[in-house]
Amino acid sequence: MLDWLWLIPTFPLAGFLILTLTAGRLPKPAVFGVAVGSVGLAALLTALLGLDFLTSPPESHFYRQIVWNWMSVGNFTPNIAFYLDGLSLVWLGVITGVGFLIHLYSVGFMADDPSCSRFFAYLNLFIFAMTTLVLADNLLLLFLGWEGVGLCSYLLIGFWYQEPANGLAARKAFIVTRVGDTAMMIGLLLLFLHLETLNIQLLMQRASEQWPAGGTLATLAALLLLGGAVGKSAQLPLQTWLPDAMAGPTPISALIHAATMVTAGVYLVARTHVLFTLAPDIQFLVAVIGATTLLMVGFSSLMQTDIKRIIAYSTISQIGYMMLGLGVGAWTAGVFHVVTHAFFKSLLFLAAGGVIFCFHHEHNIFKMGGLRKRLPITFWSFMAGGAALSALPFTSGHYSKDEILLTAYTVGATGPLFWAAGVVGALLTAMYTFRLIFIVFFGSDERTKTVRESFGISMAAVLVVLSVLALFGGLLKLPLHDVLHSVFSETERATAVGWVGLITTLIPFLGILIVYLFYISRTFSADALVQTAIGRALNRFWYSDWGMDWLYDKALVQPYKRLAAINKSDIVDVPYKGIVVFSRYCYHAVSRTQTGQLRWYAAGMMFGVIVFIAVGVLS
Amino acid sequence: MTTIPMEYGILLAAILFSIGLVGVLVRRNIMFILMSLEVMFNAAGLAFIVAGSRWGQGDGQIMFLLILTLAAAEVGVGLGLVLQMYRRFRTLDADALSGMRG
Repeated sequence: MLDWLWLIPTFPLAGFLILTLTAGRLPKPAVFGVAVGSVGLAALLTALLGLDFLTSPPESHFYRQIVWNWMSVGNFTPNIAFYLDGLSLVWLGVITGVGFLIHLYSVGFMADDPSCSRFFAYLNLFIFAMTTLVLADNLLLLFLGWEGVGLCSYLLIGFWYQEPANGLAARKAFIVTRVGDTAMMIGLLLLFLHLETLNIQLLMQRASEQWPAGGTLATLAALLLLGGAVGKSAQLPLQTWLPDAMAGPTPISALIHAATMVTAGVYLVARTHVLFTLAPDIQFLVAVIGATTLLMVGFSSLMQTDIKRIIAYSTISQIGYMMLGLGVGAWTAGVFHVVTHAFFKSLLFLAAGGVIFCFHHEHNIFKMGGLRKRLPITFWSFMAGGAALSALPFTSGHYSKDEILLTAYTVGATGPLFWAAGVVGALLTAMYTFRLIFIVFFGSDERTKTVRESFGISMAAVLVVLSVLALFGGLLKLPLHDVLHSVFSETERATAVGWVGLITTLIPFLGILIVYLFYISRTFSADALVQTAIGRALNRFWYSDWGMDWLYDKALVQPYKRLAAINKSDIVDVPYKGIVVFSRYCYHAVSRTQTGQLRWYAAGMMFGVIVFIAVGVLS
Repeated sequence: MTTIPMEYGILLAAILFSIGLVGVLVRRNIMFILMSLEVMFNAAGLAFIVAGSRWGQGDGQIMFLLILTLAAAEVGVGLGLVLQMYRRFRTLDADALSGMRG
């Protein structure tokens, strides 16, 4: 059964090839069949393999399948090989499972789009690249999948390419993540240079044997890999691309920019966790980045007016929680949060997509209101997703987030600080989530009388399934711990109890109460708060995400443009222009000898003959 | 019977060749160029004859016959071209036909 592993990436790849080679000539039902069918098969196979893997696990707790030898250069022989263990199985389940649901949803959402064949081709390619990424046995194959998902992200953000802004957002996402990717590539070269392999398991083994804990090389390698993770997972300081990535179709925001691709960075850190354990400074940095990101971005999210941007900032902030979990060594909790986050965040995006769909592509939440009765399915799925995102008790988000925060509290001297950051973050999370829900779904419905829930059965079914997963995904906690136990070999650790746990559990309710007072009972006025000088300044500052875009524009983009303007006649071209001038000079010199006169040519021949004879005689 | 030394014959051939060559280079009239070419042919032929008689072999005379034939053919083609040239350009000046200069 396990030798069918290679089929999981192959099905989506086949779907992509079929859709690309037919180039939109297939009728729409066939396109839907191929796209959804291929991912459905992959999901089914993942479920069967996962069941097999769990019921009768291999002796060594992993399964490796070498498909073929990729290349062979000296002692560098990376294979196309797939590696299945608890960690990759968890990710595989999320990718194919949530991916399948989102494909199904897209059938309804994109049905009227003229180029939906192209859309589904990219979507299948993405599933292929992402499954390759998590199944990769060596870092080079992982990097192939890594770049593949980046490419798909770029293609899909700019899917509606007639709008120049979308192309701009796509380029921004591509370039900003490229910064991280470059760091990661240097990291791979460093690892290969010193440990002479890119096979992940071998690499981890050699690293722990050859490198002392806290050594320079281990620190540097972990830092470079972290650079890649930070770019892909949109963490500080490379988080600016994700909010703009919302230019793509909403199912893309759900699949790529919330559930799967942006957690690739978390996967990378979890996959190479041995390296990070060897570099405690960098692991601490991971936690700091996570905590800072989740706090900063929480404030930004609170100020947004675009429904998708609110959820996008919340994605960055939730990935911050995952990074915080990994940074404090709560590996399993971090991965668990990835799973639950995939459920509730894709649910929220798809529900937002439902709102946008019924509103004819309106994104501004202040133009909505009172949609509770108009869009019942959307409203209840939004409530389920919002409750899980805010980590209300008994929802899936509660279990994973509490686990991260309570573990963080117990780690070292800085633990309580991380915990405090996480708790303030949780307060902000509840605030921005329910601010969104209260504004969009409650209040007067004067402006929205004509809106009806007009989507089909496939979109509604997906919303219901994801709502169930978002609410009850917490039940996966125990099986997940079993699966991941062999990967991380974590010891049972004491988690904080008592008042710490109580505060962690109750803090979301405080957040909901605050926004209730602002937006439902209108005890306080948000508008009055923004009218004050400091309020307006903070609003503008946080609305622009702490001015990060402005900073990068001033610090990097503008100087680069100026430099490009100065160097308009490219300095590198000068030697090449020299070649042109030289050969033109030679051409003129030689062409002057072509007089067209018979006697001149005869004299030339004579001269030549004399030279030859002279050479023959003299030598 | 006294024989003329080979050096004299070769020297004569060399002088004839040089006269012919100078004629080709300095003359502008195409007829004179052709005539100078004939002189050069005959200089080469003389060199073959002299060398052949020096070593007592018939090859030199065979080569001279070949050169003679070649010269006859060359004059046939050459005079045909000269005729055409005169008809088209109304001149026999070789330098006037420099339309192919670079």
